[in-house]
Amino acid sequence: MSERITKWPGVELSAADLSEGKVTQTRFRPNAKYAWSAGEAMSRFLAELQDGRLIARTCHSCKRTLFPPRMFCEECFRPTDTWTYIQDTGTIETFSVSYLDTDAKRIPDPILVGVISLDGASPKMGMMHYFGEMTKEEIRIGMRVKAVWKPWEERRGSVLDIKYFAPLPEGKK
Amino acid sequence: MKTVGVIGAGMTLFRRRLQETGKEMCFEATKMALDSAGLTRADVDMVVNGTAPDAFDGVHMKGEYLADGCGGYRKPYTRVFTGGGTGVFSTIAGWWHVASGLADVVLVVNEEKMSSCQPHPQSVFAHIWDPILDRPLKPNLVWIFAMEMNRYMHVHGVKKEDIARVAVKNKRNAVGHPCAQLADPNITVDDVLASEVMAWPVQRLDISPPSDGASAVVLASEDFIRRRKIKDRAWISGVGWCIDSTMWTDRDLYFPEYVARAAKQAYKMAKISDPRRQIDFAEPYDPFDYKELHHLEGLLLARKGEAPILTREGVTERDGDLPVCPSGGLMGVGNPIAATMGQKIGELFWQLTNQAGKRQIPQEVHTGVAQAWGDLMQYGSVVVMSS
Amino acid sequence: MTFLERTTDARKLRHWEGNMEADYIYTSGVAGERFFVALRDQGKMLASRCAACGLDYLPARLFCEDCFAELTEFVDVPQEGRVAALTVAHLDREGVRLSRPQVWAFVTFQGIRGGLVHRLLVPPGRARVGLAVRPKLKAREDRVGAITDIEGFEPVGS
Repeated sequence: MSERITKWPGVELSAADLSEGKVTQTRFRPNAKYAWSAGEAMSRFLAELQDGRLIARTCHSCKRTLFPPRMFCEECFRPTDTWTYIQDTGTIETFSVSYLDTDAKRIPDPILVGVISLDGASPKMGMMHYFGEMTKEEIRIGMRVKAVWKPWEERRGSVLDIKYFAPLPEGKK
Repeated sequence: MKTVGVIGAGMTLFRRRLQETGKEMCFEATKMALDSAGLTRADVDMVVNGTAPDAFDGVHMKGEYLADGCGGYRKPYTRVFTGGGTGVFSTIAGWWHVASGLADVVLVVNEEKMSSCQPHPQSVFAHIWDPILDRPLKPNLVWIFAMEMNRYMHVHGVKKEDIARVAVKNKRNAVGHPCAQLADPNITVDDVLASEVMAWPVQRLDISPPSDGASAVVLASEDFIRRRKIKDRAWISGVGWCIDSTMWTDRDLYFPEYVARAAKQAYKMAKISDPRRQIDFAEPYDPFDYKELHHLEGLLLARKGEAPILTREGVTERDGDLPVCPSGGLMGVGNPIAATMGQKIGELFWQLTNQAGKRQIPQEVHTGVAQAWGDLMQYGSVVVMSS
Repeated sequence: MTFLERTTDARKLRHWEGNMEADYIYTSGVAGERFFVALRDQGKMLASRCAACGLDYLPARLFCEDCFAELTEFVDVPQEGRVAALTVAHLDREGVRLSRPQVWAFVTFQGIRGGLVHRLLVPPGRARVGLAVRPKLKAREDRVGAITDIEGFEPVGS
């Protein structure tokens, strides 16, 4: 490869080449707006969030309690059977302390985010959410947490109806 | 099934932004691959294009758009896409074309032009998340890696120092790669540990950058190789691919089960029963330094939790017992998603045919494995090649 | 076998809104750069010559998609072309009615393979296939090296 090939193709440009118009270019922003159907399972999931509850589906074949809820079990490949409520407490499975926002811009106060496995669902079944009322030094895998909900009038039927998960109060398991 | 060999490869420079359009990059890599195999477009029966989301280049139906540059004009042509897994998967799709007996010569051309997306390709990665469960939280893709990395570190007690060694190894290995975007002969573990925290535990030098680039390989049947008396060839001895559930929050992220399944499929085909002994070198997917370790274990080349130890002991250096990412990987050469085929399949070809120049592994190598990884921590594609 | 439950009251089914948008910058490419710089600075269109195939390609391109040769030779496209196909648009890209219908044409040129899609600067009643046309360029100071440096094609003799 290296012996026979002498010219490696590619004309490098700098950010300034583009921003200062040193090369010709075309700019465009598509107009692509969506209204995704939430479907059976997610519609109920969102409605229950608005009521301050977390709901799951059960598969009687593999006996798992599936969260987030789904109308078919991806392992058994059959429709799931019943709705069942689960608790809004759980355990931190993993987390990150992020200094980046969604556009990769730097933010001074980090966001604490991670995955919580929820009590009442099958082991390891969980959701991603923010963590609050704890510092980046305090957060750890294995911590027991509880959802902190927005007041009823602010809930819209969204995962943001939960503000964040906070450490479970002392004395509770 | 027919036996399939790789007889040529080519790639463009990988850079943060290139002037070439996607089509032009494809042409450059494809022409280089054809020239290296001593073939023309007229010799090609079918073409497979591999390229990741249309949204990076900002061109809808990107496969069709790139077709001309891939040599696909008026030929049987298809585009395949399995997220980051495309870097190895498109070769598997090319392999199907030849192994089935339908084609003697197949071009596999991969491309990515991430620089089109403003202000940063991250903005497009945002659309990979579930609209209802994840996007309202305004996530950054780095969070995914950070959470997986954290879980891996937690379960095995891995220290950041050991992970940083991978970044150092690969960026130094990349010094020998003509196309490398981020080669650095002087980088140290301290440099990596001192780099700014993006989303803990991920720091800036733990990550490979977005890149523009294209790569191509030429696949041929054993018949064709014999008829044309082609000397520089490496055989594809095993292929495997596997996807896991989209519900990534339901899994323990410390081990990539889907990579292990794809690897087992490939090893079975290649008649490899003891990968650690029978594989001479590996090119696992390393978009982040910890991913090389995660994937070495998924590829069953290290026991769970053992990969950091092997790295610390120098086993995975180019002159070690099991060289890993001798190309410099994504960490050193760059990460134009699908076009990373150049450092994975391309590198296997160049190493096995003794054409890797400054990167040539000092000991004799006969069998290598390449692996790519994609989607929301879901997809594993594995190819085993031998000389 | 289908789901065991199905919501029949459509008001209970929710939907979630979002977008898949981003800003894009497209470079013209190595060949495109030559094409657009010539358009901007000299007001002319370039085609790429493939000597092996005996074809001159418009728009200019880096390679011949047939024989796969790298193309390095450029030729001028004649200033006069013909309308090969046309359409009259009444709605804009968003589906909103235009205040005045727009005529769009595919224009080809003698001896050149390919052509350009662009505005045809005639009232709909006067638009016809076969019309001899030439490009109407913006003033030099308004040209930036984009396809819009051409305002549209107007009938020869206008």
